Amino acid sequence: MTGGTIGRIKLLALQALVAVVALLFWHFASTVPIGGGAGAKPWYILPEFFFSQPLKVGERVVELFATGKIWKHLWITLLEGTLAFVIGSALGIVLGFWFARRPLLSAVFDPYIKMMNALPRVILAPIFMLWFGLGIWSKVVLGVTLVFFIVFFNVYQGVKEVNPVILSNARMLGMSDRQLLRHVYWPSAMSWMFSSLHTSVGFAIIGAVVGEYLGASAGLGYLIHQYEGVFDITGVLAGMVILMAFVLIIDWIVTVVERRLLKWRPPVQQS
Amino acid sequence: MASVSSAVDAVAVERASPVVRLASVDVSFPEPNGGVFKAVSDASLDVSAHEFVAIVGPTGCGKSTLLNCAAGLLKPATGRVEIFGAPLAGLNRNAGYLFQQDALMPWKTARENVALALEIAGVKSSEAHERAQAWLTRVGLKSFGDRYSHQLSGGQRKRVGLAQVLIRDPKILLMDEPFGPLDAQTRLIMGNVLLELWGQDKKAVMFVTHDLEEAIALADRVIIMSAGPEARIIGDHRIDIARPRDISEVRLQPRFHDLHKLIWGQLKSEVVKAYGGEIG
Repeated sequence: MTGGTIGRIKLLALQALVAVVALLFWHFASTVPIGGGAGAKPWYILPEFFFSQPLKVGERVVELFATGKIWKHLWITLLEGTLAFVIGSALGIVLGFWFARRPLLSAVFDPYIKMMNALPRVILAPIFMLWFGLGIWSKVVLGVTLVFFIVFFNVYQGVKEVNPVILSNARMLGMSDRQLLRHVYWPSAMSWMFSSLHTSVGFAIIGAVVGEYLGASAGLGYLIHQYEGVFDITGVLAGMVILMAFVLIIDWIVTVVERRLLKWRPPVQQS
Repeated sequence: MASVSSAVDAVAVERASPVVRLASVDVSFPEPNGGVFKAVSDASLDVSAHEFVAIVGPTGCGKSTLLNCAAGLLKPATGRVEIFGAPLAGLNRNAGYLFQQDALMPWKTARENVALALEIAGVKSSEAHERAQAWLTRVGLKSFGDRYSHQLSGGQRKRVGLAQVLIRDPKILLMDEPFGPLDAQTRLIMGNVLLELWGQDKKAVMFVTHDLEEAIALADRVIIMSAGPEARIIGDHRIDIARPRDISEVRLQPRFHDLHKLIWGQLKSEVVKAYGGEIG
């Protein structure tokens, strides 16, 4: 992200400046009236009813944490996202390997896999709600259907596109089929899977939040939906701020994990 | 375990039979249009124990194809491949193969790559790593064991590859233009590294290259192949230059020039043939 010629401090300052300008605009546009007054109703560029005010949103965020109300919802969303990621990845790895090693199987199921993947998953949410109830499992299943395909296609590709020279070399070194699987196919598939880690973790959380939004009794998506139901725009925006921070923290953890797992990879040149 | 017993049998017949015997080998590949492409035709070649044989030919002549037959990676359409007198079935367990392209596992460090060659044969991990480190030292990479493939230069990767192949102590060394991708200076250095390691126990070597100078400098015998398709072996020259040799100095000897002139006379027309179709 950092350009070669811009200093790190300067860049950070400029990035912060964008946020400050945007927040100041929001603040003044929603608190300083530009018309009306003197008996008439004052009016604003950003009326509070539709846009709230940055200080009020900030206050609400602090309040949500101070009263401890938010923890339960954060925990539920985290749990759903984690379960969706773990189950979706496990299924994707197993089936990806299986299909890649059995050409007939993959040829037969190819059109069906494409069909399932073409379906926008949000459409399935009501069905999952019906099948698995309003608890966490309907959200987990929704997340699984999103994560599975990403991992599946990457593992499939990883096994299919093992470098043939590395494979020949491994065989000439005397590897058995099982050793090839462990030392060549598996690391190759994993490297493909890890390279899509950001996407699959992101989709796990999307699945959880969208599921909660459509019908749940807890979770960040549920909380935002509740506020929206009573036109509490401050609450909606506070929920969004928390969700944003939550996703950024998880993304940062994924980056750290990725750096450890893929340390053998040459650094990617950024253009 | 079959490989161990066949290796033991191999020792018993080592003196009697050539290490590698290719007898009237034909190799064909199916073509996309349904036809058959005959790459190599009626190739016969014996490689004796302790012999360094270089195979030279114009590009696309099937040198590597012949090597892959000796490795068991390819099965000839007709003809026989014998290793220590026994017909080759499956992969050649007596051979180590150094590929032209990078064949190291990029997710393992240099030391792990070399050690793995032993670990898959059942050597304990700690012992394998110790021996791998010793081999890395022998190829001049003592302090590079913890580097990954992308952190090594092309020449260093070749050294790791060489250590990975030699640590198993194969009876036969098969090399497919191993130094092809390297720059001229690195090739000279790698040639000397190879000759020094080979001189210690003189394994039988089949070394494929398109570089005649490299072939003469390294080998005891230089085999010439004709331009493909249906490439044949058309020349077999003994290189009577004394060992130990230094790759860069050997090129200055009058005998080197005589041999080069003699063999190039034969190779030249084939090279022209190979390029003729493309240049028009």
